[in-house]
Amino acid sequence: MVSDFAAVAVFLGLGVGFVLITFLLAKLVSPSAPNAIKNSTYECGETPFGSAWIQFNVRFYIFALIFVVFDVEAVFLFPWAIAYRSLGLFAFVEMLVFIAILIFGLLYAWRKGVLKWY
Amino acid sequence: MDTISLAFYALAFLIIAAAIFVVTSKNIFHSAIYLILALFGVAGIYVLLQAPFLAAAQVLIYVGAVSMLMIFAIMLTARIADQTIRHTNEQVPTGLLVSLGLLAVIVYSLWQTPFAISSDPMPEGAGGTLGKLLLTQFALPFEIVSVLLLGALIGAVVIAKKDSVRREPEAPMTPLPKSAEKVAG
Repeated sequence: MVSDFAAVAVFLGLGVGFVLITFLLAKLVSPSAPNAIKNSTYECGETPFGSAWIQFNVRFYIFALIFVVFDVEAVFLFPWAIAYRSLGLFAFVEMLVFIAILIFGLLYAWRKGVLKWY
Repeated sequence: MDTISLAFYALAFLIIAAAIFVVTSKNIFHSAIYLILALFGVAGIYVLLQAPFLAAAQVLIYVGAVSMLMIFAIMLTARIADQTIRHTNEQVPTGLLVSLGLLAVIVYSLWQTPFAISSDPMPEGAGGTLGKLLLTQFALPFEIVSVLLLGALIGAVVIAKKDSVRREPEAPMTPLPKSAEKVAG
């Protein structure tokens, strides 16, 4: 069982190692000649202005919270999906009720206009 | 040392190192990033404890959702860039004393607890058993979770709505400079 996760560990190791080795290699072989323009933040060719440390708009937060609510819902979907075949229609109705209750929340947020981006 | 122990010590080292960086890091944003690393390590511990569902829930909820909320809270904080804001604790000796006391209590209770070790094999597909129990025996608590989430959602909407109305006079987004009309690649 645990050994099934050995593949995850290998992927994790390869992923971290790939980034580290690439950075190390770049540091070793690339010539270092910095200037003010090179050191500036790359914003797809735009001239960066101001600090990145600004106060973000509070409206982002409501989207984050709605995501969290449906993220928790998704966690419950997994054991439901595994048990679904043995429980049949009853489980289906139960999950329908579960999701319907949450849909009311989403509808409420929608009707209150917090999903709208001016 | 077998592979499981090796994995455990590697994860324990990762969690403790990340946790130390959380409290010592000068930048609060870096603290949040290190916290994600520590929480991810805990998910690894759950895998070693043969609780893959718990590990998945840990990654989805803590690594995915809770840490994201924390990062949002940091980004929404006013004057976050000001150097005058300090988040390091000035009462290190007191904190150390309290945490050492807590450690003593935890170690003592671990020492005193007789842990029953089952010789039964691990049940196959614990996720399925969990799902079955959730939908039959614990159907009502399961649906109540939904109501609880609904309450959280409505509460968030009410609070955010009030806040955004108060902020209405401010420009919601920084107007883009003229040069932004160029195609960004």
